[in-house]
Amino acid sequence: MELSTETPKMEVQNLTAYYGESAAIQNINLTFPERRATAIIGPSGCGKSTLIRCLNRLHETAPKARVEGSVFLDGEDLYGIDATAVRRRVGMVFQKPNPFATMSIYNNVSAPLRFNGRPSREEMDAAVLRSLQQSALWDEVKDRVDAAATSLSGGQQQRLCIARALAANPEVLLMDEPCSALDPIATAKIEELIAQLKNNYTVVIVTHNMQQAARVADYTAFLYLGKLVEFGPTEQLFERPQEKLTESYITGRFG
Amino acid sequence: MMFDRPARRKYFSHGMTILTGLSIVAIMVPLAAVVYQCVVLGGSVFNLDLFIKGLPYPCTPRQGVTCQQGGLAVPIVGTLELIALAALYSVPIGIGAAIFAVEYAGERASARIIGMVADVLAGVPSIVAGAFVYALIIIYDPTIVFSTFSGSIALSVLMVPIVTRTCEEALRTVPNSVREAALALGISRWKTTLRIVLVSALPGIVTGVLLAVARAAGEAAPLLLTLGDGCAHPLQGVTQEGCALPLWIFYGATSPYQNWINLAWGAALLLLLLILVLSIASRLTLDRMARRMRGE
Repeated sequence: MELSTETPKMEVQNLTAYYGESAAIQNINLTFPERRATAIIGPSGCGKSTLIRCLNRLHETAPKARVEGSVFLDGEDLYGIDATAVRRRVGMVFQKPNPFATMSIYNNVSAPLRFNGRPSREEMDAAVLRSLQQSALWDEVKDRVDAAATSLSGGQQQRLCIARALAANPEVLLMDEPCSALDPIATAKIEELIAQLKNNYTVVIVTHNMQQAARVADYTAFLYLGKLVEFGPTEQLFERPQEKLTESYITGRFG
Repeated sequence: MMFDRPARRKYFSHGMTILTGLSIVAIMVPLAAVVYQCVVLGGSVFNLDLFIKGLPYPCTPRQGVTCQQGGLAVPIVGTLELIALAALYSVPIGIGAAIFAVEYAGERASARIIGMVADVLAGVPSIVAGAFVYALIIIYDPTIVFSTFSGSIALSVLMVPIVTRTCEEALRTVPNSVREAALALGISRWKTTLRIVLVSALPGIVTGVLLAVARAAGEAAPLLLTLGDGCAHPLQGVTQEGCALPLWIFYGATSPYQNWINLAWGAALLLLLLILVLSIASRLTLDRMARRMRGE
């Protein structure tokens, strides 16, 4: 893995994000390469989640939140276009599985199509099938797609949320600690899935689990106290960190 | 010292337990007494005629005279009309105010102001609401001051704050993760609100509407100055004088005629049952919502 040979998919420039008067992240500059998995690691409260929430403009939906700087997707500044259009191109999976409790499995996955247009039954069937297969959930739910989404286990619900995000046909998939509410087996399934997904999508994953970053990510960014400390190929960051702070963190001296 | 400390605490604890137990009895007694009274005095007229017949000629039985029982068809229909009309204005307004307060105002002062206004409005004495609507409508069109329409406006003044407050509660119980899930899929803000958040909050909203209906169905005071008295004949339309169960209870019970007095008790029993049914229905929808929120 070598950054200079990659195609940049998303570029973050001088990004500062505030909650009220306090800046959760400051002056971040970062590039997410196309069809690669990039992990954002760092101790709790370092701004990982804030950073990823700026990439689909979800940060600004919080009360008194605002953003300075730019995020480019294929060279286009996300902060210059409509936020809903951004979110259709940049999907997101959250820390806690959040399927729509009032909807069936089928209706959850087809939600982005149904609410953003007038799809035919065939289009929806095709999207549901593709998304559930891509999220490795199809075999487990193919006989009961009309069952309530909440009847699934936690790990299945999280894969359902991944399927729902994929049904919107995004270019980038953001994952905000997608495994932190899951058991080890469900976690392993999601990690395998990420390895598959990065063939088609640019994946950005926030994790507080360094082993997970080492397992799934091609590139890793280390954030500390709202600032980017180091960014590079995962192997290099973990084995030959350039910064003293990174080394202290990955060897478990703080965090 | 009469007792040692632990014993004193024990007696104090027992004493307070008994007192709180007595308070339970004290709130049960009036309820039981009201139900008993209505069943005993209204039960005799509680038959099919009560629902299908018009009011009888006023009459008190004496030697050689038997009185018709008659029925409450007109006030029943009148109350249904009033409630339907009042709900038609107050439900959209209440839901709209709640959506603005919870989904759009966020932590701005306007959210708190809406809540405060709703609370003050809920505290307005119902006769004052009636007087206000009387004064309002008489400017607009004096010929419809006493009408089902004007009565329904007066009732909606009482319903709006109840709908607003319960809808706000219902919307606040929808977890923020649901809104974020929808927004993150590129679903627009208003579709997220109307088709996802509102649908999730629907049981709570239904509960609020039922509570408001139950409150309005039993109100007589706001109708005193607005409804007129159209109980004698089948209702003519919403701009004509109307008729309502609670108001007719007042007329019937204060009349000197025995058959009207009996019928007024029947009307009281009917109202009581209506409100009981509405309360149970709202409780059931609330329970269903609570179960769904737990993911059952």
